[in-house]
Amino acid sequence: MEWSDDAIVLSLRTHGETSGILEALTRAHGRHLGMVRGGSTSKGRAVLQPGNRITLTWRARLPDHLGNFTVELAKSRASDFFEERASLAGLNALAAIAGAVLPEREPHEAAFEGADALLEMIAAHGFADWGPLFVHWEIGLLNELGFGLDLARCAATGTPDDLIYVSPRTGRAVSRDAGAPYRGRLLSLPAFLLGRQAGEANADDLLAGLQLTAHFLEQWVLTPHNRAIPEARIRLTDLAARGMRESD
Amino acid sequence: MAGSPAGQEIERLIQLLSKLPGLGPRSARRAALALLKKRETLLEPLADAMAKAAAALRTCSECGNLDTTDPCALCRDPVRETGVICVVEDVADLWALERASVFRGKYHVLGGALSALDGITPERLNMPRLLQRVKAGGATEIILAMNATVEGQTTAHYLLDALETFGVKITRLAHGVPVGGELDYLDEGTLSAAFKARRVF
Repeated sequence: MEWSDDAIVLSLRTHGETSGILEALTRAHGRHLGMVRGGSTSKGRAVLQPGNRITLTWRARLPDHLGNFTVELAKSRASDFFEERASLAGLNALAAIAGAVLPEREPHEAAFEGADALLEMIAAHGFADWGPLFVHWEIGLLNELGFGLDLARCAATGTPDDLIYVSPRTGRAVSRDAGAPYRGRLLSLPAFLLGRQAGEANADDLLAGLQLTAHFLEQWVLTPHNRAIPEARIRLTDLAARGMRESD
Repeated sequence: MAGSPAGQEIERLIQLLSKLPGLGPRSARRAALALLKKRETLLEPLADAMAKAAAALRTCSECGNLDTTDPCALCRDPVRETGVICVVEDVADLWALERASVFRGKYHVLGGALSALDGITPERLNMPRLLQRVKAGGATEIILAMNATVEGQTTAHYLLDALETFGVKITRLAHGVPVGGELDYLDEGTLSAAFKARRVF
């Protein structure tokens, strides 16, 4: 068995003295693990930093085997995240979420393309610019996994106007009037998620967006597998909350 | 299957040697044989040195360094600058900086870097003691000498968040072209970091 593919490094776990188990998000083979000989050496670790774009060749005798990766660096961008705490938090959250929610060896090309574009944004722009894209990427992940949100119309009245809430149970939008009696129990729907009604995302919107996707990723994808939202993703929400407090 | 040609004690020695970095089962067997052949000049002095080191080993309650005294020799050194604390991930990093003789202040060893994958949380690192040291006063600069890896820099940013309330100057090591490095052979990440950190010549 052998294939080659483009991939993004998600994590590396040391195996033995010099080898490592690489977790990568590939374009056509989904989230895939494999052993990299020499992956834990100083030279190997430099290539296998989370966020780096690589070209992989996977070889194994049988398809069920873990297999071995040979890796070539395509784009080193890990160091682009080192300067800003938000960039680093974004990278860690992206790698942790992709690792936690995407099933192994199930192709999700849109998730790969989205992650690659998002990493480019995170490396070059501020949190206010890439934060809304991160939320869109997570909504895309929910769609890919079959748990799409319905934010086009009010679940109660069918109106496409004045949508400001989301039902935490169904993932459907709720209008201001219909949601008024239940406002304490509904999630906020930030304006930047409303397609044609999209507006500029402020710190408040960004926090609402991150809380919205975290809720559904946890409730629909992670909790059924007895897992919780990764710590790195919680830190990103905390950072957005801090940004909101600072902007007040 | 053929039985072991050596006794249980020797097999145990080989097994333990094979756990050392750089040694596999075959090289551990060769090392054990070399020790057995030089019983008086190597095996017994080595066993004695290891027993003494094991008995005397202490983790410094001040900085987390490994030494045979607590506080360690570096913390007790009166010549060292007490106001500057260099935070490193591991004792190996401290030894590397001491080999280079570039720093004459105090150290603080965290004992690793934050890693969700390996379950290393702030509570499992030697961070509370660092905060106590800074809170106690006297520190004028904290140098975050973490590795240039995502885990190392995540740890550095976490520490920055925790330390900035104390109003102490916080610095970190530069990233860029290594001495003797040729641009042609450097990866894009290192080149990019070097360009971002360029300075007036």
